[in-house]
Amino acid sequence: MTPRSDRPVALFVLRSCALGTITILVLIVAFVVGESVDVLRNAGLSRLWTDPTWHPASKTNPTFGAVPMIVGTLFATAGAVVVALPLGLLCAVFVNYHATHTLRRLVNGVIELLAGIPSVVYGLWGLTTLVPIIAMIRGPGTSLLAGILVLALMILPTIVLLIDQALREQPAELALSAAALGLSKSRIIWSVLVPSAWRSIGTASLLATARALGETMAVLLVCGNAIKTPTSLFDSVRTLTANIALEMAYAMDTHRSALFASGLLLLGLVGLLIAGIELLERRVRT
Amino acid sequence: MNSCADDCPCAAMTTEKLTLHYGATAAFRDVSLEIPRCEITALIGPSGCGKTSFLSSLNRLTDLVPSCRVTGRITLGDLEVLAPDTNVVALRRRIGMIFQKPNPFAFSIAKNFALPLREHGVREHAEIEQRTEAALRDVGLWDEVRDRLRRSARTLSGGQQQRLCLARALALEPEVLLLDEPCSALDPISSAKVEDHLQSLKGRFTVVIVTHNLAQARRIADRVVFFWADESGGRVVESGPVDALFEDAIDPLTQAYVRGQHG
Ligand SMILES: Nc1ncnc2c1ncn2[C@@H]1O[C@H](COP(=O)(O)OP(=O)(O)OP(=O)(O)O)[C@@H](O)[C@H]1O
Ligand SMILES: [Mg+2]
Repeated sequence: MTPRSDRPVALFVLRSCALGTITILVLIVAFVVGESVDVLRNAGLSRLWTDPTWHPASKTNPTFGAVPMIVGTLFATAGAVVVALPLGLLCAVFVNYHATHTLRRLVNGVIELLAGIPSVVYGLWGLTTLVPIIAMIRGPGTSLLAGILVLALMILPTIVLLIDQALREQPAELALSAAALGLSKSRIIWSVLVPSAWRSIGTASLLATARALGETMAVLLVCGNAIKTPTSLFDSVRTLTANIALEMAYAMDTHRSALFASGLLLLGLVGLLIAGIELLERRVRT
Repeated sequence: MNSCADDCPCAAMTTEKLTLHYGATAAFRDVSLEIPRCEITALIGPSGCGKTSFLSSLNRLTDLVPSCRVTGRITLGDLEVLAPDTNVVALRRRIGMIFQKPNPFAFSIAKNFALPLREHGVREHAEIEQRTEAALRDVGLWDEVRDRLRRSARTLSGGQQQRLCLARALALEPEVLLLDEPCSALDPISSAKVEDHLQSLKGRFTVVIVTHNLAQARRIADRVVFFWADESGGRVVESGPVDALFEDAIDPLTQAYVRGQHG
């Protein structure tokens, strides 16, 4: 590699880019915090989960109980990961160890295509196809279940691509030495190769979780958006993201500030996930 | 030279006109060899002449390489190794293999043994423990790891890892051991330890070892096979008892190679 001092211009450009990215990120966080200050100072973040109801626009007695939406968000996200992770793992194992070359390329192509579809299209598909099917089982159709399934489909490509890559990066000798011990093919895959990739699988699930947590358009279209803590998969739910998208247009003053505070909560959750990924990655290196 | 008893379980191998191709290129051609039971056969020769390929064709590990095609005949005792109906999983239980780079699985030392033992039908916990201990004692690793069997095998040093891999293969009680440059990634002391243990196992297994270290071949082998590669791929130039090959080789190529003049 060329020593640093030889390339001052390139170095300057790279540094500025990095610095610029960090600055933008800090500004965004600062903006969100700044917009939430009103509600944070007058009410406190904890009222998001201590207040009984969500009436942030009330002039006399505004309440900020976001528990139904927090629960909706967590259930939709967790449900999507629970559905998509096993499917994604099976799919990645299949393309890596069982598919012929052509089939593998076909599956990879389809998955990359899936990753590129805009989320609103997933939402429309869910609304016109999935929701009526769910409604046949139990109304109203727009439900937590619809949200989970649409989200699962959306995060599936991410999971498959990341796990596929992790499996492909396993050293060839690992599979050979396992085979030389007389292990069967399925034993080699499930007891040696997949466990050796568990950290990457963990990273894949955390990234997918972050993606599902932040998804807005698709869940807004298929979840029904009732502010009510769901008691079954068929109940209508509203997620925090959907709530922000629905109310921001007309929210004012404290209401607006409360929406930013719920955004701050989401930001915090994503931050936790990123910290989890960082922790996993750090343990890979040691 | 056959030092072992008649009831010794180890088996002889033979190859006849064995040829291996990667795609359209031959890695070696027409290798016909006798690998006598209970002896150590060393494969020597310059890089790229097909020694690793030859070794992995013996336990049909080459099945896992997509472009690889093996023709000819291999026998293990009475078994036709290349026959399509041969059970390769059972075959590989009879033929253990150690690679150049130690490759323990990324879980605990104990589980490195339990996994293959269970796969081969050893269910009893006590028997798994007992065979693990016996194998670890065989390679002189027991005292070093007895207190840390639950720790990850990857935390061991390179030399310890290689002895662990040897022990893991031994625990399955194979009849033949294939070793592909088992000492080349190790420091001289670890290397000497592994070599010592190979020697102490002499007479209990049929051993085929690839080595670039001619002195090592001379110290431990009963027979030596000299591979050489030219434009048409690898071939066996000469093979025979260790002293004959090192002292009065017939072929000029062999004479030059064992004197260290090329390769
Ligand atoms: N998986 C593979 N696909 C294609 N060609 C291969 C493969 N493995 C080995 N070869 C080729 O086959 C020939 C023999 O390789 P092999 O590894 O058997 O040699 P070797 O004698 O073990 O060499 P070394 O002493 O360096 O380990 C080489 O030309 C090599 O490039
Ligand atoms: Mg080799």
